[in-house]
Amino acid sequence: MGFKEFCFKKSLWLFHFGGASCNNCDIEILACLTPRFDVERFGMQLVGSIRHADVLLVNGSINQKDKVRLLELYRQAPKPILVVAIGACGCTGGIFAESNVFAGPVDKIIPVDAYVPGCPPKPEAIIAGIVKLLNKKPAKQKTA
Amino acid sequence: MGKELFYYFVYPGFLFIAITGGILSWYDRKITAWLQFRKGPPFLQPFYDFLKLLLVKETILPAKGSKMTFLLAPVLSVTGAMLAGILIMVPATGIDTGFTGDIIVIFYLLTIPSLTYIIGALASGNPLAAVGASREMKLIISYELTFLLAVAAVIMKAGLSISMLDIIALQQDGAFIGSISGILLFVVIILTMQAKLGMVPFDMAEAETEITHGSFIEYSGSAYALIKLTKYIMLFILPVFLCILLLGGFRLDGIHILWSVLKVLGIVLLLTIIRNTNPRVKIAQAMRFFFIWMNLIAIIAIVLILFGF
Ligand code: SF4
Repeated sequence: MGFKEFCFKKSLWLFHFGGASCNNCDIEILACLTPRFDVERFGMQLVGSIRHADVLLVNGSINQKDKVRLLELYRQAPKPILVVAIGACGCTGGIFAESNVFAGPVDKIIPVDAYVPGCPPKPEAIIAGIVKLLNKKPAKQKTA
Repeated sequence: MGKELFYYFVYPGFLFIAITGGILSWYDRKITAWLQFRKGPPFLQPFYDFLKLLLVKETILPAKGSKMTFLLAPVLSVTGAMLAGILIMVPATGIDTGFTGDIIVIFYLLTIPSLTYIIGALASGNPLAAVGASREMKLIISYELTFLLAVAAVIMKAGLSISMLDIIALQQDGAFIGSISGILLFVVIILTMQAKLGMVPFDMAEAETEITHGSFIEYSGSAYALIKLTKYIMLFILPVFLCILLLGGFRLDGIHILWSVLKVLGIVLLLTIIRNTNPRVKIAQAMRFFFIWMNLIAIIAIVLILFGF
């Protein structure tokens, strides 16, 4: 593992995009930041602007209106950026998969690096997903 | 020549200030974590953040906006902060450059980071950044007069001497904080520093929750790394400046190292606790706070100094 990659993995800043979510996944993501689970131990921080983000957390089903915004966010993000699909909705569509405004699971719209299934996934599961992401070999086109 | 370059770039100059600032930034985040019953980031976290931004991330330029100004603003902010830092650290460590009047130069240089944040934010062409910049501007207008009054009070206390070395030498037998006016000035300067550092009661210029990092919203990659570096530098040099003004200097020899480190850690601890126990105020409230209350306290301190307290 090179030095640059080491620094990158040690300091992942998270940006949270909630699609047409039932809001339960959002709350579980927030639970990761609270004292009980505290992902700042791994140097992760929630940031408010996509320009500072290293990880794009996407949860909730993506409908036609969200799709435009998600694509725009992905385009505006400084590369390399990792995308994590959280919850059954983000991974496959979940209970909204047959809705007529559904625009496809996240990986049909932008490339996804990790999936965290569950409805909603527990904070432990989200942290386990992040650890898997950290151990993963980086994809070639991801490095700027 | 070689010795001067060493002073300016290694110790007590650029490298020393940047590394200590990074460590202090970790300390600030760790204390914050403890106050919230969390574990907090690892020791080298600020350096990881800085190197990641500098080496790995892409720098995106705004499509609409002045690209040159946008990129130059962080460079200027680091330069300003670093010049102020060197001018503060060189007399603090007892190196005599024969420069009288440095306190006034430092006062001006300490304003440069905030000014460049405004310039960079306005150059980015983002409406939220413009809101942040306008708030930062109002904040500067409100705290700068207070800071000037406090520095003037210290100069008066030192018998109208405008040299940092003289002010340090005068405090060798009893620091200025040991008097009523000294304590009042300490309160004023701590709160001004809070605003200068953009920490919570006065962080409306980069309020994450309402205007998503305000002035810095468009910065990414290396440009944002330089802004981070400026923040680390400011977090170190402002407490040292306060040490010199009121707490009897910042000497780094023999047993004095222990006291100096404790002084700086104590000041940053105070700043962190204020930051964690207060809500963000509105910009009008901040202006009223500085214009009326802080200026009043500073003027009372000046009057007390005139009467010899
Ligand atoms: S995965 Fe389940 S909990 Fe999460 S947003 Fe979808 S329906 Fe809600």
